[in-house]
Amino acid sequence: MSLPKKKLLQAYRQMKTIREFEERAHAEIMNGQIAGFTHLYTGQEANAVGVCEHLNDEDTIISTHRGHGHCIAKGADVIGMMKELFGSSEGLCKGKGGSMHVADIEKGILGANGIVAGGPPISVGAALAARIRKNKRVAVSFSGDGSVNQGTCFEAMNLAVVLNVPAVFVIENNYYSEHTNIEYAVGCDDLKTRTEGFGFPVFVADGADFFSVFDAAGKAIDHARAGNGPAGVFAETGRFHGHFVGDPQHYRADGELDDLREHSCCLKRFREKMAESGEVSQEELDSIDAGVLALIEQSVAEAKAAARPTPEQVGNDVYISYGTG
Amino acid sequence: MSEKTMRDAINEALHQAMAEDESVFIIGEDVAGCNGAPSGKVGEVGGVFGVTSGIYKEFGPDRCIDTPISESAIVGAAAGAALVGMRPVAEIMFADFIGVCMDQIVNQMGKFRYMFGGKSKCPAVIRFASGGGFSAAGQHSQSMYQVMTAFPGLKVVIPANAYDAKGLLLQAIKDDDPVLFFEPKALYQEVCEVPDEMYTIPFGEAAFLREGDDVTVVAFGQMVNRAVAAIDALESEGVSCDLIDPRTSSPLDEGAILESVEATGRLVVVDESPPRCGLTADIAALAADRAFHSLKAPVKQVCAPHSPTPFSPELEAAYIPSVERIQSTIKQLLA
Ligand SMILES: Cc1ncc(C[n+]2csc(CCOP(=O)(O)OP(=O)(O)O)c2C)c(N)n1
Ligand SMILES: [Mg+2]
Repeated sequence: MSLPKKKLLQAYRQMKTIREFEERAHAEIMNGQIAGFTHLYTGQEANAVGVCEHLNDEDTIISTHRGHGHCIAKGADVIGMMKELFGSSEGLCKGKGGSMHVADIEKGILGANGIVAGGPPISVGAALAARIRKNKRVAVSFSGDGSVNQGTCFEAMNLAVVLNVPAVFVIENNYYSEHTNIEYAVGCDDLKTRTEGFGFPVFVADGADFFSVFDAAGKAIDHARAGNGPAGVFAETGRFHGHFVGDPQHYRADGELDDLREHSCCLKRFREKMAESGEVSQEELDSIDAGVLALIEQSVAEAKAAARPTPEQVGNDVYISYGTG
Repeated sequence: MSEKTMRDAINEALHQAMAEDESVFIIGEDVAGCNGAPSGKVGEVGGVFGVTSGIYKEFGPDRCIDTPISESAIVGAAAGAALVGMRPVAEIMFADFIGVCMDQIVNQMGKFRYMFGGKSKCPAVIRFASGGGFSAAGQHSQSMYQVMTAFPGLKVVIPANAYDAKGLLLQAIKDDDPVLFFEPKALYQEVCEVPDEMYTIPFGEAAFLREGDDVTVVAFGQMVNRAVAAIDALESEGVSCDLIDPRTSSPLDEGAILESVEATGRLVVVDESPPRCGLTADIAALAADRAFHSLKAPVKQVCAPHSPTPFSPELEAAYIPSVERIQSTIKQLLA
């Protein structure tokens, strides 16, 4: 599949932005600058970008606890996101949500989500609105290999078929849910087939390869947008960090992480493909890298200098307040 | 007797209960950990808070059971096993996830005995890590015990120190009714003297942590230590308070609270949950109803505001009641 050069550059820029955002967030957490529980998306960037490059601002996504990548890929303001992680009142959610709840409704980002499988039912609702309004929008929900075992996920998949709505279920299999491997937690041999059992097509992708995800997601999204009901994407992928920052990762095999970083890095793969095809030069990619690094540096500098929330802001945005004491 | 963290005290209680009674088993997400993993290190995790550490190694896969992420099925499986005579201790990780398994707790497990005409037992314990203090935001910081206290058929336990945690958990496991056991996660590392042997603390018996004449303070969970600090700091100003930790919100030791309020005539109730329909309002109503004529001042609630828990550390610090807020509320009553 050949893509216009502009699209290629954009895809690479997005993946690189996610990578650097996550690596910098990791460093700032280790420095004690970012509080709370943070789950990094490093290693899985091609999944978010391969899907979101098919979407426009009117389409929606809903994400998970590992949400930074999906949000960036869907166009969230990177500086506003970094400010949110730092807990500033200038953050995308005014410091109320933090890493697990980054959202940007105007960009069609219905939020990261701290509840495993909290997202898919909500996405069915967004898809139902699109069906009723006949506006050709699609609603994408991201799930992990662990999240798909939750009842809410099953219910959402079945409801989407029953209602014939343009919901796209993207399953990123990074093989682990926290410290448990998919071998144990998914009872059947083949999660893709289990998902198809709900009654919609599921397209398989190599989650380390932007082009593979882009291709599979294109089929799923076209299917849904054309009014044929829900569709799925099943991508095999790997996360390069622990489940959360600080995870000792007892579950990994010896050498597993080195192997992942060496053989399943979407940025390396992209560069190799471009070197082969000659569509984009390595220098052009280098200059994207430099631009991304500058943006991330700026985001951290701005986040550190940004306004801090004040106590009276606790009670804003909650419709009703009651005095005590 | 030795100093133990609350985490270790709970862990010890689980080990001892499982060694004593073969019908006790634990079930939940990553309570063993690393199942199916290429490292082969099954059992290395012991729960995301490390509370079930070492249990898999001692008791094996039949009694330390990892599950997929399926809270409804976890609670249901515990309830079902309990109905047929086992004594499961399920872990639901963050108390907020009650949202996912509410039906199994409230409509199923909590109603069996009554709806079946008293002919069934459901000796299941469900453990949760509750409360704020970690910048974990709206879906990982709630206490939830105040909500669950509203349901007849459930017993609700909230230990505030390692000693109570061990004795209350051993009691919970022996109890023939469903018990929800809330572990304030901010206290896991807190240390106190804990006997090595097994002991139980009966439900519905409050602990008196300070004795005084001026004000009765009732506090739950994470707030108990803060109330102690507030009261101790006021001693130099000549103010003395009763401090009551009910330890179980259901059953509630109403007698202990009323007796103290009758003596002091003033009541401050402290909890980290929001105000409406919570424990502070509940206990304020108890005093208004049953100790009205002893009251010399309005009953005061020190609790979180009516909002979800915010992420930002500054906002969360303003949200959870502080030592200063407890102190100034006590002083306000004496002014
Ligand atoms: C209802 C609920 N149960 C449990 C958790 C704790 N938890 C957070 S992430 C996670 C694992 C999710 O695994 P997966 O869906 O594979 O996503 P991944 O972390 O691999 O991206 C768990 C168990 C939660 N946040 N919500
Ligand atoms: Mg996973």
